Amino acid sequence: MAFFLETLIAGLFAGLMYGLVAIGFVLIYKASGVFNFAQGAMVFLAALVFVTLVERGVHFWVAFAATSALMVLVAIAIEALVLRPLRNRDPLTLFMATLGLSFVIDGATQFFLGTDVHMLDIGIEDIAQDYGGLFISQFDIIASLIVVALVAVLALVFSKTRMGISLRAVADDTLAAQSIGIRLPVIWRIVWSVAGIVALVAGLLWGARQGVQYSLSLVTLKALPVLIIGGFSSIPGAIVGGLIVGASEALADIYLGPLVNGSVSTWFAYILAVAFLLVRPAGLFGDRDIERV
Amino acid sequence: MAPDLPPVVESPGAILSSNTMGVTMSILSRTLALATSAVIAAATLTGPATAQDATGQQLYPLFTYRTGPYAPSFIPFGAGNIDYLRYVNEVEGGVNGVKILIQECETAYTIERGIECYERYKGGFNGALTAAIYPHSSGLDVALTDKARLDKIPIVSPGGGQNIATDGRVFPYQFPLIFDYWSEAQIIVDYIAQQAGGYDKLKGVKIATLYHDSGYGRDTIEPLGILAKKYGFEDIQIPVPHPGEQQQAQWQQIRRAGADWVFLRGWGVMTPVAIKTAARVGFPADRIIGDIWSGSEDDARPAGAAAKGYLAVSVFPPGTDYGILKTLKEKIVDAGRSDLKDNSKFGTVYYNYGVIEAITFVEALRTGQKKFGNRPLTAEEGQWALENLNIDQKRIAELGAEGLISPLKTTIDNHKGETIAAKIIQWNGETWDTRTDWIKADAPLFADVIKAKAAAYAAEKGITPRQDASN
Amino acid sequence: MTTLQDTLPDTGPAAPILSNAALLRLAVVAAGLVVAFGIVPAVATDYWLSSIIIPTVVMGLAGISLNLLQGYAGLVSLGSAAFMSVGVFSAYNLILRVPGLPLPAVLLLSGLIAAAVGVFFGLPALRFRGFYLGASTLGAQFFFPWLFTNYPWFSNDSQSLTISAPRLEFLGYDLQSPVGRYLFVATVTALLIGLAFLVVRSRLGREWMAIRDQETAASVLGIRVARRKLQAYAISSFFLGITGVLWGFAYLGTADAHTYNLDKSFQVLFIVLIGGTATIFGNFLGAAFIVLTPILLDHLVLAANIAYLSDQGAITNLQRVIFGAIIIFILIKEPDGLSAWIRRGAEALRARPKT
Repeated sequence: MAFFLETLIAGLFAGLMYGLVAIGFVLIYKASGVFNFAQGAMVFLAALVFVTLVERGVHFWVAFAATSALMVLVAIAIEALVLRPLRNRDPLTLFMATLGLSFVIDGATQFFLGTDVHMLDIGIEDIAQDYGGLFISQFDIIASLIVVALVAVLALVFSKTRMGISLRAVADDTLAAQSIGIRLPVIWRIVWSVAGIVALVAGLLWGARQGVQYSLSLVTLKALPVLIIGGFSSIPGAIVGGLIVGASEALADIYLGPLVNGSVSTWFAYILAVAFLLVRPAGLFGDRDIERV
Repeated sequence: MAPDLPPVVESPGAILSSNTMGVTMSILSRTLALATSAVIAAATLTGPATAQDATGQQLYPLFTYRTGPYAPSFIPFGAGNIDYLRYVNEVEGGVNGVKILIQECETAYTIERGIECYERYKGGFNGALTAAIYPHSSGLDVALTDKARLDKIPIVSPGGGQNIATDGRVFPYQFPLIFDYWSEAQIIVDYIAQQAGGYDKLKGVKIATLYHDSGYGRDTIEPLGILAKKYGFEDIQIPVPHPGEQQQAQWQQIRRAGADWVFLRGWGVMTPVAIKTAARVGFPADRIIGDIWSGSEDDARPAGAAAKGYLAVSVFPPGTDYGILKTLKEKIVDAGRSDLKDNSKFGTVYYNYGVIEAITFVEALRTGQKKFGNRPLTAEEGQWALENLNIDQKRIAELGAEGLISPLKTTIDNHKGETIAAKIIQWNGETWDTRTDWIKADAPLFADVIKAKAAAYAAEKGITPRQDASN
Repeated sequence: MTTLQDTLPDTGPAAPILSNAALLRLAVVAAGLVVAFGIVPAVATDYWLSSIIIPTVVMGLAGISLNLLQGYAGLVSLGSAAFMSVGVFSAYNLILRVPGLPLPAVLLLSGLIAAAVGVFFGLPALRFRGFYLGASTLGAQFFFPWLFTNYPWFSNDSQSLTISAPRLEFLGYDLQSPVGRYLFVATVTALLIGLAFLVVRSRLGREWMAIRDQETAASVLGIRVARRKLQAYAISSFFLGITGVLWGFAYLGTADAHTYNLDKSFQVLFIVLIGGTATIFGNFLGAAFIVLTPILLDHLVLAANIAYLSDQGAITNLQRVIFGAIIIFILIKEPDGLSAWIRRGAEALRARPKT
């Protein structure tokens, strides 16, 4: 039983990290209606820029601010060069464009900053402590707090500020939002910037664990099932979806894996997602009906 | 067409320049390169490049993967290769006067592009002859097996070839030189037995193998099963799905099972995550032994303090304290002729791997030249040379490679090398320390199993094994 | 998706049986066959055949397969490569375990097995549409590599979990040489192109397009939407299965679970979008783009010799940037894909005699 609990908790912590990455997708999906494949590349870009600055002796928060500023510039560039020319095109074209964008971003990142693996120390001890028989790392606890705080801030911003309300209007009905004077390009720039900063936070927490390297951009692949389960347009949904995926993957690997000759977590989340789609097509928290037959 | 593209890569330069000079300079030079390349690319579209005649030279097609997830390991590896060959060309005047022509071809670690590179260079280049091809990818090595048999081109994969191809009678053109994972499993068990105080003490010891869930990772399941039966240790196998960025559940399983040792068969990001997760569950780093692909600086360093004490198997021992490395430092690196952009990579595992690989190529050329004369070798002659390699202790001393490589002798029956050996190295938080001398694998132990597999392959493919070395 | 047009040559109001247009079309087909089976094998070098022409033709075929599903029926798949891998592993096991089965039968059966798998992963299409369908096909993309890795039976317990191509022969002809492999690929491709044309011009194809453009209207008109959608997955996967066999056996000479990875699926998607949705021949343009661009960029770098300005690693990353940028550029500037060029060219040609 203790082992079951430990596995479950480990899965939940992993899931929280998935959720953190998924938030970036949700933001962009709300504003632009696209599953942004380049989000993983943005995580990689942000983390690598940050770690390069820190390695050259730049102070943590200065580096954080500079990287955030860079992510804003990237967002502005993406809006001008990719999103605006492609407005009103079908979602698949937009998705393909973000695929192309991911090549551009990770290629450019490595072109300028090299392909070395960097160690990232964000000053949080990652050693497990015994909490009544359960080993939990301080890192996980602090990371969870950061994620919770981030979600709270985003939820506040998007429910109380004018910008947030505009975003909701855009997500509900783009045309109607435009007709009442909401300027789509502005929303896009802001949301992509926020998604870039979320990518930075995700990049720091993931990078601290596995080193800052190209494989950070692979987190994208876990995001799709998380979003389907949580709902594409809900930030709390992304977190809950992440928790569900993380926990069920960990449990499936340990309890189902041995029965079928190996680990199953490469595809398990997708099967889960399809099951969710069949039962609850809009996801747990989704507020936009998906196209049903 | 390039100049029409949206200039999406401009912004990073602007923001970074305010912070540091070093980054600024490299970014400036790269932005300059970017602009120049656009102009030149546009210009060269109109006319073909002038081909320089390279007759009389020996071609070395260097298959690169400078992009993608494995690029960090290639860059020092490629540099080690290039630096040694440059040294042979520029300081020694070539191999008995024959200059080596390096032609790079980017595979991005994909099989398709690897095949294109193979087709591009199998017949030589501008008159320079191809004697052998080093595909630098286990997958590509397998993919080229049939083509190379047809084209009669030797395919050489030091440290990463197909184990069954050890049998040169069935695989005349494959050379899985230096190492294989079955021998590795056996060397690990040998080391653990040494630590425990003898093979008889292995009874009841629990050895968990944490493997990357792929063909590569699963390759040690069978030999460890055989070894466990032989010595009575408990063999625990735990898979980690690719890419392996989450391993908490697996490590808890290891802790719960009460494993004494962990054999870590990682790949890419899986290794540092494993080391960090081990620390989190309280498993000691000095009881984890990494695979050769889990034993580079880039595997240990990202794990930070958690990696201190971490062990790894090494066939390409790191360090700069070898005669040949000192020579390279003096003649190539300090002379500004190195392919390394970051000289701190000099003497790392992958750099030395590159040097060792280049040595196998140059020594094969020498071996062939002894028989065929001091001129570039054809692929057919390269095959003979690779099959009659004999880098013995005396030759190793002449090369200044004592401690860097162990003796390598190939025959028609053994395309891998008759003696397989590896060292155990340990991470001290900054660099690797060498813990043991060469631990020799018990070559005959698995020889029959591997031979039988090769025979089954031959039967399936309808291949008649060669009787003698004359093809 | 509803703005897409059928870009087939016009099949409009019944023309006289041998009108000029029909004659022209016949001539084009005949010329195409002469080029494909006469000129190309005679002229192309081994290098061109083995590393450029064969992969372009096979990837073009993959594009056609996906285009049937996506361009004509308006359904989504992010797992094309998975269905290709089903095809190649089926073919390998059929040859291994059913001795004496002739090559065409192997291809046909592999295609049928892939079709069955495709129908299974297409089932969610009965419940929802749009991008969400990607989830189940993406699931296939992760499931099959896992299956072929974890159950070595599929690769006959080969140590590297890799299957290698069996001897290709047909009616006693050895197809091992580059020309032989090319002719094998070209023959299968020609037959499948013919089949693809039959399908898209049949009632089935017309109903697909009706569903794609106006699903509700289509069902009101009595089109059995669910069955048509599953047929789209079946036929597309049938094509993909055979394509997978060609890719593994006639091009690479080997295959393992990771040969057909997510990147390959994305490449097939790129081919469709770059070549043009709802076209047949446009796919070969898209495939040529995918195959040739990295090689051209590589040659360009060698020719331009800019290595002295920056290191080689940076340059290969630059190639990645350029490739991504070209894709975005084409998506922006050519919504109908590169096949629009051909159409414009053809229109220009047709317009000239009239003036």
